[in-house]
Amino acid sequence: MAAITYLEAGRRALAEEMRRDPSVWAVGEDLGRGGVFGQYKSLADEFGPARISDAPISEACIMGASVGAAMSGTRPVVEMRFSDFALCAVDELVNQAAKARYMFGGQTKVPLVVRQPMGMWRSSAAQHSQSLEAWYVHIPGLVVVAPATPADNLGLLKSAIRCDDPVVYLEHKNLWTLEGEVPEDEHLTPLGVAETVREGRDVTLVTWSAQRWACLEAAETLSAEGIEAEVIDLRTLWPWDRDRVLASVEKTGRLLVVQEAVSVAGFGAEIAASVAEALHKRLAAPVKRLGAPRVPVSYAPPLEARVRVTAEAIVAAAREQITPAAA
Amino acid sequence: MTPAPAAPQRHSNLDRPHLLRLYELMLRIRAFEELAVEAQKEGYVLGAIHPSIGQEAVAAGVCAQLRRDDLMLSTHRGHGHTLAKGADALAMMRELFGREGGTCGGKGGSMHIADFEVGMLGANGVVSANIPIAAGAAHAIKLRGEDRIVACLFGDGAINRGPFLEGLNWAKVFELPVLFVCEDNGFAATTRTSSMTAGPGAAARAEALDIPAETLDGNDLLALESATRDAIAAIRAGGGPRLLHCRTYRMTGHTAVDPAAYRPAEEVAQWRDADPIARVAALLQDGGSGSDELDAIAAKVRQDMEEICQSAKDSPWPAEARAFEDVQDMGDPRERAY
Repeated sequence: MAAITYLEAGRRALAEEMRRDPSVWAVGEDLGRGGVFGQYKSLADEFGPARISDAPISEACIMGASVGAAMSGTRPVVEMRFSDFALCAVDELVNQAAKARYMFGGQTKVPLVVRQPMGMWRSSAAQHSQSLEAWYVHIPGLVVVAPATPADNLGLLKSAIRCDDPVVYLEHKNLWTLEGEVPEDEHLTPLGVAETVREGRDVTLVTWSAQRWACLEAAETLSAEGIEAEVIDLRTLWPWDRDRVLASVEKTGRLLVVQEAVSVAGFGAEIAASVAEALHKRLAAPVKRLGAPRVPVSYAPPLEARVRVTAEAIVAAAREQITPAAA
Repeated sequence: MTPAPAAPQRHSNLDRPHLLRLYELMLRIRAFEELAVEAQKEGYVLGAIHPSIGQEAVAAGVCAQLRRDDLMLSTHRGHGHTLAKGADALAMMRELFGREGGTCGGKGGSMHIADFEVGMLGANGVVSANIPIAAGAAHAIKLRGEDRIVACLFGDGAINRGPFLEGLNWAKVFELPVLFVCEDNGFAATTRTSSMTAGPGAAARAEALDIPAETLDGNDLLALESATRDAIAAIRAGGGPRLLHCRTYRMTGHTAVDPAAYRPAEEVAQWRDADPIARVAALLQDGGSGSDELDAIAAKVRQDMEEICQSAKDSPWPAEARAFEDVQDMGDPRERAY
């Protein structure tokens, strides 16, 4: 094991897959110079400018061309720079990439990975901070992945590149510099399998992406108070590890979903509804969601912070589930 | 109003057997679409269809010149292109009827016909969306070092969407093997395109990106063949993308149920006189074909297509379980599975 950053883990994943499979290539703005965050640093030196390809600032065409390339014998890794910019390519992703296999009756597959750096990070404001994972989970044909650790960014990106489905791959910008242990040998994290990060008997915290770390912090605080929270990092949002979540909530009797995204119609709603449908009579408390209020993300730090789900908020919500305040 | 083209020029040294094959292809395309329109009235074609009646010279002059392993992307008005690329008419008709054995197993219908066996990577229900996809297919060809090319057909309406600019720019900066073909029938859905298009149009826009472009009489089969042959040779030799702007006319409305009352009758009549199939027949007669020979070909084509249509009508619906097939590898799409 060695400690590397989340960003370096993604870089290593791509390099390993490009060495393994000559049909893998990456395309996006500024990739030849390492990409906007350095995720592609020096890869052009090893693989050349055709396989680490620059692109015009033309997200729709980056995505659309990648659909054509994926249907013609290659496996593009598509860089969208910020998840917000992928909205310029929604037709290409939703109407084309996600649908081609089905509407053409299985004649083709579209094996591409769309990397979309997501989430709130350093006063990036309303057009560079969004968490839109729920939109993609809603679309038949897409796989949606949101890693939270360096090991998972390595193992999940490699699995995503090997997957024959179009994969929306959401790396959280606030995690780029996070260090963590990763295996030195080949490491593949299976898609669709959650990780139980911490076991507990009293309440199940279901989360993904950067909120994993807020949940773990909250779980420490709760533990000091005698409340043992189980923390599940979904890692893949579609397909999500429903069995693991249901088994955990069956044990704890309580579900608290924690997401950075706007809570209204967020993916947390799907989890909450699924658990309520399946386990209504086993629940010791109503299911609960934490997420952002339905406002755009601000630039000013106090305003940005105001919509962030904090460890303190998670602790308070969990306490409330276990010991409801007197009415 | 776009003037109808002048009377066809007389050509000497015709390759009559070759021209007869293209004549038959154009007749097959027309018979396919005429029967599809009839079948829609009878309730067999369930969704929208967009006939290309009157535009058959583009399919025969351009698409029929592609190699089988070349790739092609088409539009919602793509039956002719698809037949010209070599797709099976029965499988296509079954697809229009939503039947088992359709090119897409009945899942796509007219607007999503694809036949990857013959390099037909799909019609598209979104105007202009096939242009970046075509550029990407050509990008893959270049990465893989193959000598195939991609033909991308789109209508005149498509040049006003961003993907037209983005896709042409992409194809040029990467010098990709793409033949862009703007099949200009004068109307974007039911709006005269010239009223909603700034500047001189597709060819000028391509030339602004240093993509060689040529504007052609899209009802002149021989002119289309000649320009396409030159363009394909240049592209296959590594010369980068080219564009052909083919001016033609849609003899029907936007869809089969659109009466197209927004067009002056004399304009339609003028273009009917320039019918591309009649023009090829005139060429053939000049070259020595008798009207009996041509009539016999037409009758045979019509009879074959009627049999195909009947066979499609007799085909079964797809099994309901197919609704859950070919969604994706990951996850189980069945109801209540999640």
